Amino acid sequence: MTLAAGFLARIGATILAVLAAIGRVTIYAADAASHMVRPPFYIREFAHSLLTIGYFSLPVVGLTALFTGGALALQIYAGGSRFSAEAVVPQIVAIGMVRELGPVLVGLMIAARVTSSIAAEIATMKVTEQIDALTTLSTHPMKYLTVPRVLAALFVVPLLVGLGDIIGVMGGFLVGTEQLGFNRATYLKNTVDFLEAIDIWSSLAKGAVFGFIAAVMGCYYGMAAGRGAQGVGRATKSSVEAAAVLILAANFILTSLFFSA
Amino acid sequence: MIELRDIHKNFGSNRVLRGVNLTIPKAESMVIIGGSGTGKSVLLKCILGLVQPTSGTILLDGQDVKTAERDAFLARFGMLFQGGALFDSLSVWQNVTFRLLRGSLKRPKAEAKEIAVEKLRRVGLSPDVAELYPAELSGGMQKRVGLARAIAAEPEIIFFDEPTTGLDPIMAGVINELIREIVTEMGATAMTITHDMSSVRAIADKVAMLHDGIIQWTGPISQLDDSGDPYLDQFIHGRAEGPIAAVR
Repeated sequence: MTLAAGFLARIGATILAVLAAIGRVTIYAADAASHMVRPPFYIREFAHSLLTIGYFSLPVVGLTALFTGGALALQIYAGGSRFSAEAVVPQIVAIGMVRELGPVLVGLMIAARVTSSIAAEIATMKVTEQIDALTTLSTHPMKYLTVPRVLAALFVVPLLVGLGDIIGVMGGFLVGTEQLGFNRATYLKNTVDFLEAIDIWSSLAKGAVFGFIAAVMGCYYGMAAGRGAQGVGRATKSSVEAAAVLILAANFILTSLFFSA
Repeated sequence: MIELRDIHKNFGSNRVLRGVNLTIPKAESMVIIGGSGTGKSVLLKCILGLVQPTSGTILLDGQDVKTAERDAFLARFGMLFQGGALFDSLSVWQNVTFRLLRGSLKRPKAEAKEIAVEKLRRVGLSPDVAELYPAELSGGMQKRVGLARAIAAEPEIIFFDEPTTGLDPIMAGVINELIREIVTEMGATAMTITHDMSSVRAIADKVAMLHDGIIQWTGPISQLDDSGDPYLDQFIHGRAEGPIAAVR
């Protein structure tokens, strides 16, 4: 009986801890959103974040999308050939990249590259008292550190997703035409004809949501970091884990909203 | 004048401050001493609002700091952090004039840079340091830049958190002298926390000793050596034996 009670108590404590964490993150995200529409705005920090989150993520996003698009074309061709449906490669690559793989892979790459970097930077600032210094210099850390990064991610991640979609489709196109023998003009026509506006809008909307999640998680875990190198390491690890899981969960919810019958 | 009335601060079950009462008169230099982990930094952060006290009242010129307008309140303070707390991503001059490049005290960039160079000169650094980044500076130079940042907006009150920690004795002496000179020259109210007795003797008008969460002793620097307080005596002479447990 005591063993069972202890087991249940442990489950209860875990659930409470998870709910408390969800509550803290939600309050932090809402606070960040409310600060986005209230001055002062730090334009220089916003521009710097656009550069670090957007421009410097281009190589990793481009290469990820290119290889995934190519691999997708090979898989669809191999799978499709089992029931003589090889011809659907352009359409499935397009829909797979634009609706799902483009946004999800870009989101996960941003979580790996940007969330970790934001969390480590802010956590280091916290343990070296730079956050306290900001406050004593009459600068709100939320406005100076969080808002520029979250706003930049909101703007720039959809663009990265759009670019990732295009490069992914091009990866499929390259494999389809150079390796699988598809006609170039037909491949492109099938791709363009098959895609609908909702496919593109949903992809960009997912990008905005994933960008918001990635940046908020990085900032939140950075601000909540414990002491010392271990605190920084833990904050960085937790931020990437949380961002990746939330991006995948948000992807499921958004896909259900956009495409459920 | 800063008045602390019955300040308590708990972190969970750990009662760090247990009723601190202290008055820091205007234009005086108060040094708070005490062992590591006795809550000196917490006390200082409570005054600035970086940490919320569990209970008690903090008055600045008779006004409860909780009711003060936050920006105007913070604009009266300058602070030198223990590790400098310089912003890695900004150059030295941008660090020094951080407050003057944004917000209500914003100045044109050229003017701010001139002020930075002047403040750097005041703390004994040459103008070419202005363009460097914090990572390119030695520990002593970082402290000086931190000091220049603390005085850049000419605050009425300056806090110094362990100003000589991590410095060699000569550099510690230089920083102590600079603090004394600057505080006297600006007519500022100063509050320093340290366990470096050479700092205490160089900087203090008055000394307060924090132990067990309360102010154990307070008085002018002239009475430091003949206070008759066993806690203070043990601390200033660095004895292992006495009322303060050596193992904490």
